[in-house]
Amino acid sequence: MLALEFPPINEIIRWQDLFPSFNKVAIIACLASLIGIAIFLAASRRDPLVAPTGVRNLAETGVEFIEDQIVMQTMGRDGLGWTPFLLTLFIFVYLCNLPGIIPILQMPATARMALPLFLAVIVWITYNVVGFKHNGIKYLTGMLWPRNVPVGMRPLVGLIEFLSNIVLRPFSLAVRLFANMLAGHMLLVTFALLSNAMLFAETKQLMLKPMTILPFFMLLFLTIFEVLVGFLQAYIFTILTGVYIGLAAHPEH
Amino acid sequence: MESLSRLIAQAPPLNADDAKAANAAIGAGFAYGLAAIGPGIGIGYVVGKAIEAMARQPEAAGMVRTTMFLGIAFTEALALIGFVVFILLGL
Repeated sequence: MLALEFPPINEIIRWQDLFPSFNKVAIIACLASLIGIAIFLAASRRDPLVAPTGVRNLAETGVEFIEDQIVMQTMGRDGLGWTPFLLTLFIFVYLCNLPGIIPILQMPATARMALPLFLAVIVWITYNVVGFKHNGIKYLTGMLWPRNVPVGMRPLVGLIEFLSNIVLRPFSLAVRLFANMLAGHMLLVTFALLSNAMLFAETKQLMLKPMTILPFFMLLFLTIFEVLVGFLQAYIFTILTGVYIGLAAHPEH
Repeated sequence: MESLSRLIAQAPPLNADDAKAANAAIGAGFAYGLAAIGPGIGIGYVVGKAIEAMARQPEAAGMVRTTMFLGIAFTEALALIGFVVFILLGL
């Protein structure tokens, strides 16, 4: 009845190359970093002595959000030096998530595995370096042979700790962001295709075309939902980075 | 019922590739469906307990909310791995 054919996954997330190995996703990622840089450069030009307005207000809200909601919650006062790193991560991930719901662009750059994986590798290197810097070789031995559990349990707990710290954390960090954005993108694609197929279906049934309103409202609802998801995933990515760095620096807590 | 059996009789026999694709599609559906059960229960539990804590002690709401998001993130990872497996198997 409906000429509804779900396109293969490559058509949804793989765009034609504009020139070799540079496509729409890469443009969105580049734009996200440029817009982030532009916002904060413009904000830093403003006079810091007068009450903040416009772009400076936006930037200060962002910095305060990172300081109060992420750094103070995960690392405490010692971690305030990490604000620039976390702010950069947050702004970049958020600006990469946002194009998923902006018309014409309609593609979150984080819905491809490359970007989340790269960010997760950066975070992985960062927290391991922090761990070795703060605790020396004890970072590794404390992980493999934890002091505060019974002796019989130490090999098992050590193995689990090691696997979760070294292998699973970057993997789950990357997959969480990637899969959330891809799932949201595919939901939007599904309902957009369904609305389209129902509206232009060649059928004699009268009720079919008015019923298009149902998937269309679902599409609207999901678009609003994606606004929330894009913000929440950026927040979760950043707060987990904060937690990992905090744990690596002070493993006793 | 009769029309259904006639339909099945008329369907051309599956070749090996089609059968493989059909099996992959079935497996993918099961993978995602089963992967969604546990995290669904888990996230419900996490959020429910967090709301309980916030209602009991509204001044601790900020801390509870942060921890709740962390708990959701860890729980949700399992469902998302299921989703990735679904993509890998089915498409």
